[in-house]
Amino acid sequence: MRFERREHRSLALVIATPVLAVLCALALAGVLIAIAGAPVMEAYWRILVGAFGSRLSATETLTRASPLILTGLAAAVAFRARLWNIGGEGQFYLGAIAVAAASSQLLGGLPAAVQIPLLLVTGAAAGIVLLLVPLWLRLRFSVDEVVTTLLLNFVAVLFVSMLIDSILKDPMAFGWPQSQPVADAAVLPKLLSRSRLHLGLIIAAMLAVLVHLVQSRTVFGMQARAAGLNPAGAVFAGVPLGRTLVTVACISGGLAGLAGALEVMGVQGYVTTDLSPGYGYSGIVVAMLANLNPLGVVLAALFTAVMFVGADGMSRSMGIPSYIADVTVALSLISMLTGVFFTQYRISR
Amino acid sequence: MSVVFDILASAGLWAAVLRIATPLILGTLGALLCERSGVLNLGIEGIMTFGAMIGWLAVYNGADLWTGLLVAALSGGVFGLLHAGLTVTLGLSQHVSGLGVTLFASSFSYYVFRLLVPVAGTPPTIEPFQPIDVPMLSSLPFVGPALFTQTPPTYAAIFLALALAYVIFRTPLGLAIRMTGENPHAAEAQGINPMAVRYGAVVAGSALMGVGGAFLTLSAFNSFFPTMVQGRGWICIALVVFASWRPGRALLGALLFALFDSFQLRLQTRLSGVVPYQIFLMIPYLLSIAALALMARRARVPQALMQPYRRGER
Repeated sequence: MRFERREHRSLALVIATPVLAVLCALALAGVLIAIAGAPVMEAYWRILVGAFGSRLSATETLTRASPLILTGLAAAVAFRARLWNIGGEGQFYLGAIAVAAASSQLLGGLPAAVQIPLLLVTGAAAGIVLLLVPLWLRLRFSVDEVVTTLLLNFVAVLFVSMLIDSILKDPMAFGWPQSQPVADAAVLPKLLSRSRLHLGLIIAAMLAVLVHLVQSRTVFGMQARAAGLNPAGAVFAGVPLGRTLVTVACISGGLAGLAGALEVMGVQGYVTTDLSPGYGYSGIVVAMLANLNPLGVVLAALFTAVMFVGADGMSRSMGIPSYIADVTVALSLISMLTGVFFTQYRISR
Repeated sequence: MSVVFDILASAGLWAAVLRIATPLILGTLGALLCERSGVLNLGIEGIMTFGAMIGWLAVYNGADLWTGLLVAALSGGVFGLLHAGLTVTLGLSQHVSGLGVTLFASSFSYYVFRLLVPVAGTPPTIEPFQPIDVPMLSSLPFVGPALFTQTPPTYAAIFLALALAYVIFRTPLGLAIRMTGENPHAAEAQGINPMAVRYGAVVAGSALMGVGGAFLTLSAFNSFFPTMVQGRGWICIALVVFASWRPGRALLGALLFALFDSFQLRLQTRLSGVVPYQIFLMIPYLLSIAALALMARRARVPQALMQPYRRGER
């Protein structure tokens, strides 16, 4: 058995791949549900009901999707330029704590129209700083950024834990380690009353369109793509590799930091060390499921949010551990990788 | 300064060094074996988590401790097979495949654990490996309690490091592995099957990672809880670079790393209240990053690392 590169890829195949990958993952996860002794179809039905069954659950799913869109975009932008930013989780937390610190200590008195944009910039900047360190290590010492970004995730969470245990600790929280809340003027407007759905969803969706336009319509987008496909060739063609990667890192780290900022300003209001149920890591899956396409990221984030919110509900009513959502999401990543391969290669004898 | 000296002079510190080093030694050797054949295995974090879970679960259900380690090794091998399928047969990105394996293996272990072990106030425990006193040597003053009262897997890990060094540098099999990692085309021209070598190395290396994880639940602690691997896998990946892909230096690197770690643990209790404990917990990760920055340029990277091999394709 050998693999032979396909001459051209049909559009239908490219579109069908993520759908097939998700179905394949659901089938495999179904085996695990069956082993646990639960009826599979009913479990999936409960997941759908849990994610869309009521006004509350539907808005909750969309609320969950917003940070996933941003961390997914962060990974997609970076991966396209072969900048392996696996540090989305750390950048998320640093963006979150930067916003809490800035609003509670410094900018709290400003009116919303000034404060909210300033805080969004602050959160993005914090994410950028955390990604520029591993990029600098790569460019200066040729250190693989996968490992450094992964390790910095742990450092970032410990840093946040230290701050919310000391100088940023909320004295009103009965001794629980949580940060002082952001000012009232920093809270994002709700999209729907009686729900947690906030302006962040609109911002995330607009950024997805913006990233798509930048990638497909600008010189920078082309250069970033070239840097990913063939770094040596890109340099030969006159692409400033270092500068391109720094810009990519600023976009990627900024998006992940922004995700953390929006989560604090839109949902929780303060920072704890369980603010993110792994948004940074799930963002990688979201990006790969979307095949690194910024518009596809929105759909992939929605799928991931459905799994997480729906599995919570299903878990409560059927007794299947809610970790089944993480398993399904991880399996869809592996299926997607395999699926993309078969859009590029065919089996020949 | 006297605080530092006090800590260094206690036999307990040195006993802890070997204990903390053991999972790192096993994980680093596993990652090293994979990378020597040209495959980066970022599945390590998840494989260690699964090994910790399944090894513990086997013992919890009545298997003896060595069977627990064996089960962990087999499960590691199965995940290795998955990683090899993705990266060797299909030639996919080793970074992304490895992360996929990690995400799958860790979430799968939490799922299985939650499913089979009922939620309880205090986590259920097993009877872990007991320290074995090496006859004669353990009664030596200071050196005895420091180095010769460890649990059996620790002695085994040190022996494995030396054995792997021998295999890689002194046997035809090791030569085949190194050749495949440096230049699979040349290896094939010599009649070596690079695909088979990579499969073997990744499966065996992943088995070692599984055992490294199981050490945590069967010897260092006596129960399993999610996120207990705490980035040890990533630290192992950094240690491989630090060790310049040599098993002997990997052993030294893991011991050095464990020395810093157990030293900071003791310093932490002395300085509690003065320095936030989070600073101490950051040290292992920052140390790994520093080690990478220091060694990345100097290390001799296997030349075909992360390059998929496809027969007849350049």
